[in-house]
Amino acid sequence: MAMAAFRREGRRFLLSPISHKPSTVARSAILSEEFHPSGTRSISTQVVRNRMKSVRNIQKITKAMKMVAASKLRAVQVRTENSRGLWQPFTALLGDVPSVDVKKNVIVTITSDKGLCGGINSTSVKISKSLYKFTSGPEKETKYVVLGEKGKVQLVRDSKNSIEMTITELQKNPLNYTQVSVLADDILKNVEYDALRIIFNKFHSVVSFIPTVSTILSPEVVERESESGGKLGDLDSYEIEGSETKAEVLQNLAEFQFSCVLFNAALENACSELGARMSAMDSSSRNAGEMLDRLTLTYNRTRQASITTELIEIISGASALTG
Amino acid sequence: MYRQASRLLIRALGGGRPVGRAFSTDAPAVPVEDSTFVEAWKKVAPNLEPPKTPLSFMKPRPPTPSSIPSKLTVNFVLPYQSEISNKEVDMIIVPATTGQMGVLPGHVATIAELKPGVLSVHDGNEVTKYFVSSGFAFIHANSITDVVAVEAVPVDHIDPSLVQKGLADFTQKLSSAATDLEKAEAQIGVDVHSALNAALSG
Repeated sequence: MAMAAFRREGRRFLLSPISHKPSTVARSAILSEEFHPSGTRSISTQVVRNRMKSVRNIQKITKAMKMVAASKLRAVQVRTENSRGLWQPFTALLGDVPSVDVKKNVIVTITSDKGLCGGINSTSVKISKSLYKFTSGPEKETKYVVLGEKGKVQLVRDSKNSIEMTITELQKNPLNYTQVSVLADDILKNVEYDALRIIFNKFHSVVSFIPTVSTILSPEVVERESESGGKLGDLDSYEIEGSETKAEVLQNLAEFQFSCVLFNAALENACSELGARMSAMDSSSRNAGEMLDRLTLTYNRTRQASITTELIEIISGASALTG
Repeated sequence: MYRQASRLLIRALGGGRPVGRAFSTDAPAVPVEDSTFVEAWKKVAPNLEPPKTPLSFMKPRPPTPSSIPSKLTVNFVLPYQSEISNKEVDMIIVPATTGQMGVLPGHVATIAELKPGVLSVHDGNEVTKYFVSSGFAFIHANSITDVVAVEAVPVDHIDPSLVQKGLADFTQKLSSAATDLEKAEAQIGVDVHSALNAALSG
């Protein structure tokens, strides 16, 4: 009976700091402390339990996101590898001259709309900014065309005036060639260019994504380069089959090349985004697991400590009465 | 004796080839990079790795041989798949804007724009026909032909009744078209369907 009273005393001590004002209930839930006879304090088990519950939920969510990304990746990877043959004929014909010197450059940066995909968007933006510096100079102008929300957010911060167009929600419907060719048409109509540089992350494997830049030259620049010789020198040796003039054929060729390369680039970037998201979510769930282990240890320690203090109270109370 | 066996076996296989796994992208062993680009990049952004260019992901094409090769190497690619890649055939006939054009090994280097029509691949006695919507054909001097098309179907997958219906539809739209854009779209529809018709019959 006296022990029960003592126990109630201890608990009233615990309850009193909490029950005073309802507004501080929340605060004391975070920092509810027990005042032991010895004066030491410890965090109550409720706090640790809450934290464990939230970390466990986060672990489940990130694991689920990883599975979703893995299943989507399988589908997109097949289409990406099938589309890899699409840009090769153009590179075989026209070569690849990223160091070409032109007046009007347009940098097309392909990024993702959704986040939580690791560092691929930051890499693309960093390379775009360096390419901007690379192609800038007297009498030259460089503009951005941004595909994807994440890239737009990062580039708007310091290069707002150089952004010509932004396109978001590219992946609302699964990527297909018609959509990308309409987009390419749109870009070509609205932007004056001498050289287009498409920056994207090429999907090498599930854990490795290679930033790549594809250069597409406008028909006039192609003419100029082929006349001056160099990499495109043997373009002149090609006969043009068709009733149209060489300029028209080159124009059609450039437009077709742009839409093909953009299609492949968008697919590769989508693949890289899913792969990066998979690995980011994987490391996130692993971290959550480790955190959960540490919290479980803390929880057990706290629980055992509170049981021990309760026992001490009882026993010292009992010995005070008898002894 | 058994210790030497593996060594002898490797020697028999041809001097011990390096055992490595090929990359999924099938990149060539030596990356071909544009050195001027890399140099200029290093000046602008010394701490950042230069981005790769498509050249480093492509197998280099063989140079023009001195004599005319016997077979033509064909690559037929679509946005969704590579129909034919690096196949050696005798001849292909492409539907260029000026009409059906036959390509034999040793053909002069040409860039041809394609109109909707039938592409036929002749390999020995077998002929495979595809109906292509449009695209480009590049014939290189080293007897490699690349055909890039937007859509292609094997001719036996085409449904004649749908073709007739489509033709009738578009002819009607053409006559009732108001704006230039509608007229152009209807004209394209008529062209494609008449080509389909011709493909089915011829």
